[in-house]
Amino acid sequence: MNNCDYFGEIKLQDLPMDIEALINEHQHMPGALLPLLHAIQDNLSYIPESTYSAISKALNISVAEVHGVVTFYHHFRTHKPGRHILQICRAESCQALGSVALEAHAKKCLNIDYHQTTKDDAITLEPVYCLGNCALSPAVMMDDEIYGRVTLADLDVLVTEATA
Amino acid sequence: MMTKIYIPRDSSALSMGAEKVALAIGSEAKKRGIEIEIIRNGSRGLYWLETMVEVDTNAGRVAYGPVKVQDVPSLFDADFVHAKAHVLSLGLTEQIDWLKKQQRLTFARVGITDPISLEDYIAHDGYQGLKNALSLSPADIVKTVTDSGLRGRGGAAFPTGIKWNTVLGCQVEQKYIVCNADEGDSGTYSDRMIMEGDPFVLIEGMTIAGIAVGANQGYIYLRSEYPHALVALNAAIEAANQAGYLGADVLGSGKAFHLEVRRAAGAYVCGEETSLLESLEGKRGQVRFKPPLPAIEGLFGKPTVVNNVISLATVPIIMHKGARYYADFGMGRSRGTLPIQLAGNIKHSGLVELAFGATLRELLYDFGGGSATGRPIRAVQVGGPLGAFLPESQFDTPLDYEAFSQLWAVLGHGGIVAFDDTVDMALMARYAFEFCAIESCGKCTPCRIGSTRGAEVMDQIIAGKDVVKNIKLVRDLSDTMLNGSLCALGGMTPYPVLSAINHFPKDFETKKAITAA
Repeated sequence: MNNCDYFGEIKLQDLPMDIEALINEHQHMPGALLPLLHAIQDNLSYIPESTYSAISKALNISVAEVHGVVTFYHHFRTHKPGRHILQICRAESCQALGSVALEAHAKKCLNIDYHQTTKDDAITLEPVYCLGNCALSPAVMMDDEIYGRVTLADLDVLVTEATA
Repeated sequence: MMTKIYIPRDSSALSMGAEKVALAIGSEAKKRGIEIEIIRNGSRGLYWLETMVEVDTNAGRVAYGPVKVQDVPSLFDADFVHAKAHVLSLGLTEQIDWLKKQQRLTFARVGITDPISLEDYIAHDGYQGLKNALSLSPADIVKTVTDSGLRGRGGAAFPTGIKWNTVLGCQVEQKYIVCNADEGDSGTYSDRMIMEGDPFVLIEGMTIAGIAVGANQGYIYLRSEYPHALVALNAAIEAANQAGYLGADVLGSGKAFHLEVRRAAGAYVCGEETSLLESLEGKRGQVRFKPPLPAIEGLFGKPTVVNNVISLATVPIIMHKGARYYADFGMGRSRGTLPIQLAGNIKHSGLVELAFGATLRELLYDFGGGSATGRPIRAVQVGGPLGAFLPESQFDTPLDYEAFSQLWAVLGHGGIVAFDDTVDMALMARYAFEFCAIESCGKCTPCRIGSTRGAEVMDQIIAGKDVVKNIKLVRDLSDTMLNGSLCALGGMTPYPVLSAINHFPKDFETKKAITAA
């Protein structure tokens, strides 16, 4: 039995989410597409391409438009991330206090680049452009938790805790 | 009576462990049989002292900080619950010099109240502005805002009252109030502090805007990077709806105002108002041609007020205390106060709300205490990633929109990012192009192509190849981007680039020496 389509995507009916319920909940909002995409990503941590067709029918837009919107925004992921998401702020304030070294350290320790996931599926590394924690630079975010004045040692602890 | 202990739930405080400190204080008190009431307030903005814990006393609140979990037992040993001395004692919060020297109007309640308690908001002068507004005609509300001299705090500094007046003058049934809470500029966090620390003031400001221009629906377009602000705003909106401050009949006035938070999705360009409106409509956040102005054809083609968080959050105090009161602060055409955010390599980082006119030097040294690393401050970037870098020789510039524009710099949203003497300005110029390339919406060519070409040419300069020729090329490219871009993203990326080249030529020329060698 193969529950993936030609492109290796999980079929809509096999997703651990009730897409119809989410569509019903959001489709009548003015400007419904972003709230709906957020709801899907909140559920699955990404937006599978197999949802595009149902979304496009419900909102009366083309699949191309759905794809265009999903891929325009940095927040939306088109592939399933690891169990944890580590975001490192690359913006100027964090650069002023050593974020460049922090980025290099993370990439080296995890042995991945940005937008990649470690082999054990534990951590996906992402850049972020400002977490609004500029008074306590450099800043990183692990899942929904924000950390300030992060040292290389702090980062090691975060990574160890996440991979444990 | 139970002693009240204040521990911030502001996300920067959380980033320093405020949640764990709150839990530790709660459980330590229980263990020792001491009854306390923990209130999770916003941050006072003295971020280098977070987690700052305050104890309520008859003389006022007494502060301790920076408190870490391991300090909690010793705080109890010292009887901090009765405000006794401890190595982390900071004395009466209101007497801390850094705070005492400020003029907090927009931030009057932040750090003082429980952010999501409507009762607390009202007890601290909340909703006085709306009450006054409801007794005035729409035109008189708009006139008050115009007379206050309030200009858009998002960065463009356009007079708020004039924008409102355009929307008021449109004779259509459906109008909108949109709050731009897509605070993407590095070095800025004042919007976040308001939304987390005093969400009702934003709600009140938007309600006044709605009553003034005849809009019954408001949207807060909130960046996805601010999950705590989302929770606070939704809780406050719910409370305001329950109590009749929002909804079909605002305070029995017969006027409706509904408010909803919409999450952005991590695109910097959506801080540009037309791109924001596209995004709210469920589209790619591509910039629109202007005209038509959003005030005439905005969200879903209807007249729309698009204002920054701080602009809207400043309206309640103007409507409460009057246009004159607010306009009496400031200098020249920059009236009122500016919430300044000290960021980057700065010792005493945090929020400083002051009347316009203080100099950069006062902020960096009198408030900021110099760099965090102890090295000389070499450059500051004011106004976010599209703001110019200023060298030490310009540190005596007063914070005033016009004074900054004379220097070919911008005040923007009031963020100041300091760099010490280890900064390589050629790398900063390269980053400015790179950031523009990552965030460009792609609609106009100068921004879409120019940003990538700019980063490539900077790579050549950094590698020491044809430095003189390539700097000339960067200047030429910057000229095209400045004059040919559709919005400020491409149009202002040359500010950090050219200011870096002009004020710090050595960082670029040393690369020339490498070529010659």
